[in-house]
Amino acid sequence: MVDESPHSAELPLETLGGQGGENLAEILAEVEDAAPASLQMPLLAAGGLVKSFGGIRAVDNASIEVLPGSITGLIGPNGAGKTTLFNLLSNFLRPDQGRVLFDGEPLHPLPAYQITQRGMVRTFQVARVLSRLSVMENMLLAVQHQIGENFWNTWFKQSQIAQAEKLERDRAMTILESIGLAHMANEYAGSLSGGQRKLLEMGRALMTNPKLILLDEPAAGVNPTLINQICERILTWNQEGLTFLIIEHNMDVIMSLCDRVWVLAEGRNLAVGSPQEIQTNPQVLEAYLGQG
Amino acid sequence: MVGYLVSLIIFTATYALFSLGLNLQWGMTGLINFGHIAFMTIGAYATVLLSLAGVPLLLATVIGGVLAAGLGLLIGLSTLRLREDYLAIVTIGVSEVVRMIALNEEWLTRGARGVYGYPLPLEALTRPTLFSKLGMIGLWTAVFVLAGWQLWRWLKRGVKQVGRKDLETTPRSIPLGNLVWGAAAALAGIILWGAGALALYDYSYKAGLMLILVVVLALVYWRLEVLTHSPWGRVLKAIREDEQVAKALGKNAFWYKLQSLMLGGSIAGIAGAFYAWNLSFINPEGFIPLITFQAWTIVVLGGAGNNAGTLLGAAIFWLYNTVTRFVLPAIVPLDEARLGAFRVMVIGLLLIILMMVRPQGLLGKKEELSLGR
Repeated sequence: MVDESPHSAELPLETLGGQGGENLAEILAEVEDAAPASLQMPLLAAGGLVKSFGGIRAVDNASIEVLPGSITGLIGPNGAGKTTLFNLLSNFLRPDQGRVLFDGEPLHPLPAYQITQRGMVRTFQVARVLSRLSVMENMLLAVQHQIGENFWNTWFKQSQIAQAEKLERDRAMTILESIGLAHMANEYAGSLSGGQRKLLEMGRALMTNPKLILLDEPAAGVNPTLINQICERILTWNQEGLTFLIIEHNMDVIMSLCDRVWVLAEGRNLAVGSPQEIQTNPQVLEAYLGQG
Repeated sequence: MVGYLVSLIIFTATYALFSLGLNLQWGMTGLINFGHIAFMTIGAYATVLLSLAGVPLLLATVIGGVLAAGLGLLIGLSTLRLREDYLAIVTIGVSEVVRMIALNEEWLTRGARGVYGYPLPLEALTRPTLFSKLGMIGLWTAVFVLAGWQLWRWLKRGVKQVGRKDLETTPRSIPLGNLVWGAAAALAGIILWGAGALALYDYSYKAGLMLILVVVLALVYWRLEVLTHSPWGRVLKAIREDEQVAKALGKNAFWYKLQSLMLGGSIAGIAGAFYAWNLSFINPEGFIPLITFQAWTIVVLGGAGNNAGTLLGAAIFWLYNTVTRFVLPAIVPLDEARLGAFRVMVIGLLLIILMMVRPQGLLGKKEELSLGR
């Protein structure tokens, strides 16, 4: 491991590639060493994750942590296993090996939907909106623990349901206004453009009242103006206390948003550090551009 | 004539009830259920056999519905984790298994000889007093007044739908198309109400059955409408659109699909009880897979996911059935058997034309089809 000075403002670059049997305890210890004293335990920590599809090891002993209040980036060449890692973190896929801790608790016994209830929500690489529901309905759906989602409550607690709906509707409207979709509230979500869908997906994620949002390529296929708007929203929400983990290919986005970047290649950790460090890391460049 | 209308109302309402269950499962939740008749079989046999054994009729019907829901639970637990096309295959298999059990377990179901002579609702009421007759007509009228009120609200709402920009500006005048349809529906309603009221005054067993059935149908329809517009219904629709998203937003998709399958199944089970009471004789021949697909025709005809559309679909389906039964022999020179096949061919053709002209179904929303995923 690279020697590091605790006084340096920026986190030192650590290259993790090829370190086979790293377990979670080591990862956590490493974070504690590396992090300035003001930062606590990571909000999300995963260690030794392995996932194979047939003979291919899509994720091969990968680790990651996300510190609370940070915007953490996850980059890597195509096919590096970033989205698979996302699926493992959000329990959409079960890891063959390894553990994920969210907010200090292990996630692997939970089904995917309960993870959202605990405060970690994900978006999808290709924005997935519920086309034949209105934009507002998309937002309202995301509210957790709704009283009206219980079958029997729809019989006996009509007025409470109506009350809760009204409150959530107002909250949804505020969020829609902040992402510039308020005028579309009653349109079908399927009539939104690609970029608007990305925004709706983020707004919808926000409606779940999360601690951590996993964004899978928020800027992919979005025009530059809208990319700026999306970045602005992420920064604002981050200042309000939300933590983000972002997969992105657009280096400008990564550079402008992230505090810390993890690099994945062939399913393994290649490097971790500040965006500046990552950009100049020869191993990262090699993984992206091939051996020269 | 009145007697014929009454039995037409009973058939239509039974099929409407049956199809409402399918509409919940497929139209709302996206579950492809090709074995809907299995729920009806369970409901019909359970009600009839239990009441023969001395269980009170109401309780027997409720148990029938619960058992049908239980079948939904069994199917759901074993298959809902699979992809939806597998569910389609499993359900069609289950419906045949249920029918084969009814055919072969003679100790229980009397097999192909069928069950008859079972208790019927309002059986004791052969000569009601004028007072109870008027009460029944009052109840009958109340259902129609409520239906008329719903129709009026639909007319006033006009073109105001999700997907329209001018949502806030309610149109002052009712659009002409709606007016024509509304008038037609009102006319049909008045004829049906009149026939029903006459039949109730001139009391017969069928008239009483018709009253109970229509009241039950109205209640089920009302509950389904409430559910559809509740957060519960929103989760079902989300699952229909994209189950992964529902999961990512913290919804237990499996549990909601199970609820939908069970509730739709119990509605079909109750429809089965009315089916049995109407025929007053049931055997496994009455529960062939064809009926499942008739329900599919009704749901597609009316517009998937639309409860009112399902009612309309059932009405049109039986209207077609009746009209062709009387009109076709007069204009098509074919013998009885061929005519029967010809009628089915024509309904197929009509469905194809409908799908070309109005692929969203009669009451479906056109905009929904033009949306990208």
